[in-house]
Amino acid sequence: MKLITAIIKPFKLDDVRQAVADIGIQGITVTEVQGFGRQRGHTEIYRGAEYRVDFVPKTKIELAVDDSMTEQVVEAISNVARTGKIGDGKIFVTDLEQAVRIRTGETGPDAL
Amino acid sequence: MKIPFVTSRALTYLWSMALMALMLFGTELCGAQDAHATGEIAAATEAATAEAATAEEAATLDSGDTAWMLTATVLVLFMTIPGLALFYGGMVRSKNILSILMQCFAITGLMAVLWTIYGYSLAFDTSGMEANVLNLHSFIGGLDKFMLSGVTLDSLVGTIPESVFVTFQMTFAIITPALIVGAFAERMKFSALLIFMALWFTVCYVPMVHMVWSGDGALMWDWGVLDFAGGTVVHINAGIAGLVAALVLGKRQGYGTAIMAPHNLTLSMVGAAMLWIGWFGFNAGSALAAGTSAGMAMLVTQICTATAALAWMFAEWIAHGKPSLLGIISGAVAGLVAITPASGTVGPAGALVIGAVAGVVCFLAATKMKHALGYDDSLDVFGVHAVGGIVGAILTGVFAFPSMGGVWEPGEGATIASQVWIQTQSVLFTIVYTGVLSYALLKLVDAMVGLRVTSEQEELGLDLALHNERGYNL
Repeated sequence: MKLITAIIKPFKLDDVRQAVADIGIQGITVTEVQGFGRQRGHTEIYRGAEYRVDFVPKTKIELAVDDSMTEQVVEAISNVARTGKIGDGKIFVTDLEQAVRIRTGETGPDAL
Repeated sequence: MKIPFVTSRALTYLWSMALMALMLFGTELCGAQDAHATGEIAAATEAATAEAATAEEAATLDSGDTAWMLTATVLVLFMTIPGLALFYGGMVRSKNILSILMQCFAITGLMAVLWTIYGYSLAFDTSGMEANVLNLHSFIGGLDKFMLSGVTLDSLVGTIPESVFVTFQMTFAIITPALIVGAFAERMKFSALLIFMALWFTVCYVPMVHMVWSGDGALMWDWGVLDFAGGTVVHINAGIAGLVAALVLGKRQGYGTAIMAPHNLTLSMVGAAMLWIGWFGFNAGSALAAGTSAGMAMLVTQICTATAALAWMFAEWIAHGKPSLLGIISGAVAGLVAITPASGTVGPAGALVIGAVAGVVCFLAATKMKHALGYDDSLDVFGVHAVGGIVGAILTGVFAFPSMGGVWEPGEGATIASQVWIQTQSVLFTIVYTGVLSYALLKLVDAMVGLRVTSEQEELGLDLALHNERGYNL
């Protein structure tokens, strides 16, 4: 099993949710996050007072998948989340040791 | 003019003019250039004065005027709570919103009580006053109306009940100290604020009202200052006190490095819109009657505010690349401030010019001058109210003249230069008077209880530190 963590532009969330649902993913976890990468932040001006905002708001998606699905999911996410401009985000894939469905006690790929 | 005796003065003037015109017309028709004419005119004028005086004694209540003044009073209260409170509240950080709302609300209560006990009397009791005679009562009223003594069901001011006049003026006494709150936002102790406001009301606000508005014998009234709704009394007064307070208290922690962006400009826009609406009560209400003067005051208020809002917006667009909501609402408030002394005397064209000048000048004061000089006037009380008030007060001296589209009737020998000089003197007097006394009062309060919260409290936010509550429990 793999844990896929994707940091994407917030406005792409709906497209990504649809894309992974289309290939059979049953659930994802979404968090609003801030961070910086190569995309620069922005400047806000209030009555002449300039504030440099370095951290850019992003959306973090986490989903656990069976090894066989990994590549397909990564491809689906990167296809729909891409705008071609700096700041589109990153996808991280990590090994996932165990998964448990709390309701039934199922473990491993059955729990996904 | 905001005075109780406007009707008698105007009547006297009108009657004299009408009678003189009739007499002149009559003598010309008869072709008689006899030497008695002058004497007869003088006699007729005296008769007219006596007649007007009788009319004043028999002044009766006008229900139309009263209805408007009841409404105007409510509108002016609406400017402070919730208008000004929300306008300011949105501009501070989220940890301090309640402190601003609390300060505005508490000031509303405190000023109403003080106005009742002695404020109204010291402002509007005219005993001991005589035209062009300088004495103690040129500066401060008497105590004949202490505890509103003499304000009965039947007592009138002009054509409205005195009770309505007292309440209308009370709402001015409420908003003026509340304006200062923006200058030391996010760092003043609540107890110190209450003491300072009570003292400032007594030493700075009430005497200014008396000197400008109480009638013959009052210092600036006798100078012939044009201040229809409170350019000197309200805005320059509060703006200068704000600057002094910002300097005495010092900058907020982290000023210039930490992000101090407004936490909710939606609230600020709602508050600014309430101010705009309420200001019709402030300016048109200052006519103290539902008549031509109120109508023109309303029109020029709208024109000037709209112009200043756009002027600030375009100035910002040019200077910073983008037009902002905070900019356009700040411009509107600057326009409202600038037209305050001018409403009632200037016409539509003057309002356009005053609005354009105020929008740009206040923009420069709040965005450039403040940062160049480095003082932390948190919400630009000085940049908007003092600067806008000064622009309005001085330009009133220009645009009040009929030759400049104004609706004022200048006295004999009055020229634009002479009136601008009178207006400038009133501005300078206000700056020095309130500047010096505000400084002394702040130092006094500092010695009594300390002005500033502790550094830890400031970091935590005044809402939790001083009031044990939070604005947002989301």
